[in-house]
Amino acid sequence: MAKKLINGNYAAAYGAKLARAEVIAAYPITPQTAIVEQVADFVSSGEMKARYVTVESEHSAMAACIAAASVGARTFTATSSQGLLLMHELLHWASGARTPVVMVNVNRAVAPPWSVWADQTDSVSQRDTGWMQFYSESTQEELDTVIMSYKVSESPDIMLPSFTTEDAFFLSHTYEPVEIPAQELVDGFLPPFNPEIKLDIDNPRGFGSLSMPHQWYMELRYLIAEAMDRSRQKILKVEKEWKELTGRSYGGLLDEYRTEDAEVVLVNAGSAASTIREVIDRLRAQGKKVGLARLRSFRPFPTEEIRALGRHVHTIGVMDRCYTFGDGGAFFTEVKSALYQLKDRPTVKNFVVGIGGRDITMKTVGKLYDNLYKIKSDGLDEEKEWVDLKRPEVG
Amino acid sequence: MVKTPVPAEENVAPGHMGCPGCGACLALRLALKALGKRTIMTVPACCWAVMPGVFPYCSIKVPVLFTAFETAAASASGVRAALDAKGQKDINVLAWAGDGGTLDIGIQALSGAVERRDEIIYVCYDNEAYMNTGIQRSSSTPIGAWTTTTPVGTTRNFKLEPKKSGVEIMVAHRIPYTATACVSYPEDFVKKLQKARDIRGPKYIQVLCPCPAGWKSDPEKSIQIGRLAVESNVWPLYEVENGVYTVRKPAKKVAVKDYFKTQGRFRHLDEKEIEQIQKLVDHDWETLLRKEENAQKK
Amino acid sequence: MSRPLKSYRDLPLAPITYEDTREAFKTGSWRTFKPQFDKSKCKKCWICWKYCPDMSIRILEDGTGIEFDYDHCKGCGICATECPAKCITMVPED
Repeated sequence: MAKKLINGNYAAAYGAKLARAEVIAAYPITPQTAIVEQVADFVSSGEMKARYVTVESEHSAMAACIAAASVGARTFTATSSQGLLLMHELLHWASGARTPVVMVNVNRAVAPPWSVWADQTDSVSQRDTGWMQFYSESTQEELDTVIMSYKVSESPDIMLPSFTTEDAFFLSHTYEPVEIPAQELVDGFLPPFNPEIKLDIDNPRGFGSLSMPHQWYMELRYLIAEAMDRSRQKILKVEKEWKELTGRSYGGLLDEYRTEDAEVVLVNAGSAASTIREVIDRLRAQGKKVGLARLRSFRPFPTEEIRALGRHVHTIGVMDRCYTFGDGGAFFTEVKSALYQLKDRPTVKNFVVGIGGRDITMKTVGKLYDNLYKIKSDGLDEEKEWVDLKRPEVG
Repeated sequence: MVKTPVPAEENVAPGHMGCPGCGACLALRLALKALGKRTIMTVPACCWAVMPGVFPYCSIKVPVLFTAFETAAASASGVRAALDAKGQKDINVLAWAGDGGTLDIGIQALSGAVERRDEIIYVCYDNEAYMNTGIQRSSSTPIGAWTTTTPVGTTRNFKLEPKKSGVEIMVAHRIPYTATACVSYPEDFVKKLQKARDIRGPKYIQVLCPCPAGWKSDPEKSIQIGRLAVESNVWPLYEVENGVYTVRKPAKKVAVKDYFKTQGRFRHLDEKEIEQIQKLVDHDWETLLRKEENAQKK
Repeated sequence: MSRPLKSYRDLPLAPITYEDTREAFKTGSWRTFKPQFDKSKCKKCWICWKYCPDMSIRILEDGTGIEFDYDHCKGCGICATECPAKCITMVPED
């Protein structure tokens, strides 16, 4: 295994290369451009035997991937923010067509105003589309998760598309030492994509077709729901296999750090988790029992893991690096929803933080833990708080 | 074996949902005769997305990918890329879209695919409006026509803009082959498709399909109406191969008003308006002939 | 149908068709006019067969004429209009 100093974008490109993606259709957008450039390099140099379609928009990128996957090719694309939003119609299409497209999304704020900085509204707002979605914390995780995503997505009993995210600049552009797995290792782990039914002149069929109210749309959607449910176990199984081969794993659907005896826990997704771990270690040294539950998979949602957490942790702060204008942030509402079934429900507070790339500093994380301790003793202050917001002066 | 004027093989099953007298139905029947079974189609939202029937049935007997509205050409690019990646050769990739899915919502994808020189045959089957959703205007609706979104009314709000030329847009992309066709000339359409199939690169054919429902015409006259469109120079048959125009000259000149009187969608036009349209048709015809002349001078 | 669908368990993975429309959709029921063929006048030009949008005209094996697929013919009348020998007439469907 070679070790290279690379950033998140290059890690994503390496993932696609090692997974032997056969058709790549992608459109550039800051800060994802290095992914498509590196892939183009791999293809031009012959290192990657793939067809690279230089599409004229992200919408066409996803259309081309869905079509290529329907022929039975392994596909890859990457995008961010506006590009992901432009694909939205076809994200629904990819899951409805059960095409296991794999994508990397660099989490970037949505316009207006223009912002190229880290924000998870883009990917979170795609939670309804039937795609599995994973949040990476490190460059290594990015590379490994892209490879694992193919195995999960292409499983005959799953056949759902998936995307892995990396925070803009914090992960996409930050260099870390990464172990590049050997091609032989990945080949042994990930067999070629060979769907049972595909566009085939020897077996002509109509893909997509038409339905009526009484048959069979509802049933076909149910099949997707079943597959998403099954994906929970599949993700864990695939990660276990990856760990046996490489020694690396990332905590399954909910990556917990020092939560076993935690009094207060922060729930977070993405690169800020690294900062939180650092704060936890310092606070723990001071005797504070704090922990982190990192949402690694948002779809499928780690319902059981959240409930298990809520059974022994009574004060939970859910960080949303996005806002979707519901009854609080998206992660917050879904965590609360999962906890609803518990007899003794923990207190849950929403921290809307890091929007538009605003830095989540160690100081900020420390403040959140302090707040959670105060809530633990004095009760909930306010249910939702926008952290580090430039507020007007009182008085 | 009986000798037939067009290939005998049927690659569309009867029992489809097309209206009686539908030009678009004949168009696909002819196209798949021309191209044969080694063809994979991409079909966006359009009449042909609905006519093949409800799941699990499909009238089309070659593999077909039904796609989102805008994406016929991008999907065709994806199919071709996958076939190449898999080393599967000698398979036609046919994007089959209506005028809306080609010239309005689908034009970006079409432009992108042909600019990339993707190896596809793109056929726009043109019934001159969004017929699948009930006769709303498209950029391909001819000037003067009634549609539900250009419903004449008291403000004479029929389609006031001239028909967008898909073929000329493709010529501007410098693709190796582009042509017009009409279902009333089946041998010509088949010949053009087979010619296109044997040329490398992107090819575009726009085939006029009379639509009795949307054009408010007699189903039994669909073929006659297509002939009148061509013979009146409203829809001339021509090919452009690497910039060289070859224009079919009609045997005898037919007045635009004789074409228009076969269809209710032009019924509201008065003599003066028809005269203006005749002038426009004549002008466009002259322009086309000059393009043919210029190309041959080179 | 080759494989009757009763529940979601019978469905393929995605809406992927597996049968053509010939048996399931007998569109002949749409007709209000029916084509009738006079073999004696037939010139065997096959123009009627060429123009049928519904694949509902079959050329006879021995090449002596045509026959209609009344299960699917929608009675559009194109064949009658285009036949140069006028050997096809449209009569009201009873």
